[in-house]
Amino acid sequence: MFDDRSPIYRQIADRIKADVLSGALQGDEQVMSTNQYAAFYRINPATAAKAFQQLVDEGVLYKKRGIGMFVSPAARDELRARRRERFFADVVDPMVAEAKAIGIPLGDIVKRIDELERNR
Amino acid sequence: MNIEVSGLRVNYGDVRAVDDMTFSLDGGKIYGLLGRNGSGKTTLMSVLAGFRRESGGTVRVGGRPVFENSEVTREICLIRDAGETIDIDKVEDALYFAEWLRPRWDAAYAGELLDRFALRRNMKVKEMSKGQRSALGVVVGLAGRSPLTMFDESYLGMDAPSRYAFYDALLADFMEHPRTIILSTHLIEEYSSLFEEVVIIDRGRLVLHEESQTLLSRGTSVTGTAGQVEAFTAGLTVLGAKRLGPTASVMVYGDLDEAMRRKAREAGLELGPIAMQDLFIHLTEASGDAAPAAPAADASANPSGDAR
Repeated sequence: MFDDRSPIYRQIADRIKADVLSGALQGDEQVMSTNQYAAFYRINPATAAKAFQQLVDEGVLYKKRGIGMFVSPAARDELRARRRERFFADVVDPMVAEAKAIGIPLGDIVKRIDELERNR
Repeated sequence: MNIEVSGLRVNYGDVRAVDDMTFSLDGGKIYGLLGRNGSGKTTLMSVLAGFRRESGGTVRVGGRPVFENSEVTREICLIRDAGETIDIDKVEDALYFAEWLRPRWDAAYAGELLDRFALRRNMKVKEMSKGQRSALGVVVGLAGRSPLTMFDESYLGMDAPSRYAFYDALLADFMEHPRTIILSTHLIEEYSSLFEEVVIIDRGRLVLHEESQTLLSRGTSVTGTAGQVEAFTAGLTVLGAKRLGPTASVMVYGDLDEAMRRKAREAGLELGPIAMQDLFIHLTEASGDAAPAAPAADASANPSGDAR
C-alpha cells in the first residue's frame, strides 16, 4: 500500500492534500475518520491521527468536536498558492538539471511546452 | 492498564534471562515487543502475566504487583499457542474455560471470530494444525477483552490470509475497545504498522522503548560516493555500512535537522528511511561481545509523545 520513502502518516496527509487540490474533497466536506483510515491502511490509529493532526496544523482540515474532520474552505486555494511558490524549485529546476545531465537542449523543452499548450 | 517495570531480573538457575530492565508503558496502546531468539521476550511477558515470579526488581500492572494477585491477573491475558490453557480437548472447551476465566468475555464476538478463521467448536485442539491453534489463541485473546492482552508470536503457522484477518480484527476491536495490547513478533515488516510504540530487548536487557514513528524518523540511510558519505556521517551514530564499488550506503541513527539535510543534498547524497526491521537488525546484532550500537542516551526514557 505504501512506498517506503516517507512515514505512513505523511503519505496519508499527502493523499488528502492531493484530493483537496484535485477537488475530489471540497471545502467543508467531511473526511473519513481516523479509525476508517487506520482500518483501510491497516495501521495503528495513532499513526493515522498524526496525519490528521499535521493537516489541522497546516490549516488544511478543521475539527468539529464530536463530529469529525472537515476540509477548510480556504484549503484548496492555500495549497495551490503554496505549490505555486515551490513549483519552480520542486519541478522546473530538477527537470532542467536532468535535461542538462542527459543532453537535452533547453530549447527542445520550450518547444515541447509550446506544443502541449497549442494542443490543449 | 499501565505497566511499570523497574530493575527487573529473572534468573533460571545460573542463567539471567532478564537483567535489570526498567521501562513503563502508559497503556491503552498497541505495543510491539521485539527481540531476537532468547532475548527474554517470553520470560518478560510471563512475569507481566504473573505466570512467573521476578527474581529481583518490581513489576506493577495497573499500579499493583502481579504475582499471586488474582485481582490483577484476571485482567491480564497472555496468549501462547492455542490460548491460555494447555491440555484442552475441544475448541468449545477452550471457549468455555475462557468465559469462566474472563469477566469481559464476549461470546458473540468469539463466535464471529471462529467463523472468520474457519474454526469449528467440535474440533479437537490436539488434532488442529499449528496455524489453527494460533487462530484459536487469537479468538481467545481478542474475545477476552482483557485490559492487558499479550500475544506471544500468535501467528505461528498461520497462512498470510489468516494473519491479515488477525491484524484487521485486532485493529478493529482495539479501536472499539481500547486496551493495552502487547504483540511479540519476529514478523516485523508485517507487524510494524500496527504498533504505536515499540520495546526492543536484547539478551535480557532493554535496548530502547520509543514511539514507532519516532523510531522510524530517527533512522536514515545515507547513500552516495564513499568519500562524501564518510565525511557526512563522521560523528553520527552509525548502525551499519555497505559498500558497492565507489558507492557507500550508511545507516545512521539520530535526528537529522534541516541544516544537515540541506548539507546532504548539497553534497549530492541521497537520504532515505530505514524500515523497522532493518533498524531492529542493526540495533540487536552484536558482533562477538561488542555491545550493539548504542542508541541515543534518551532512548530508554519514556517517550513523551513529542514526535520529532
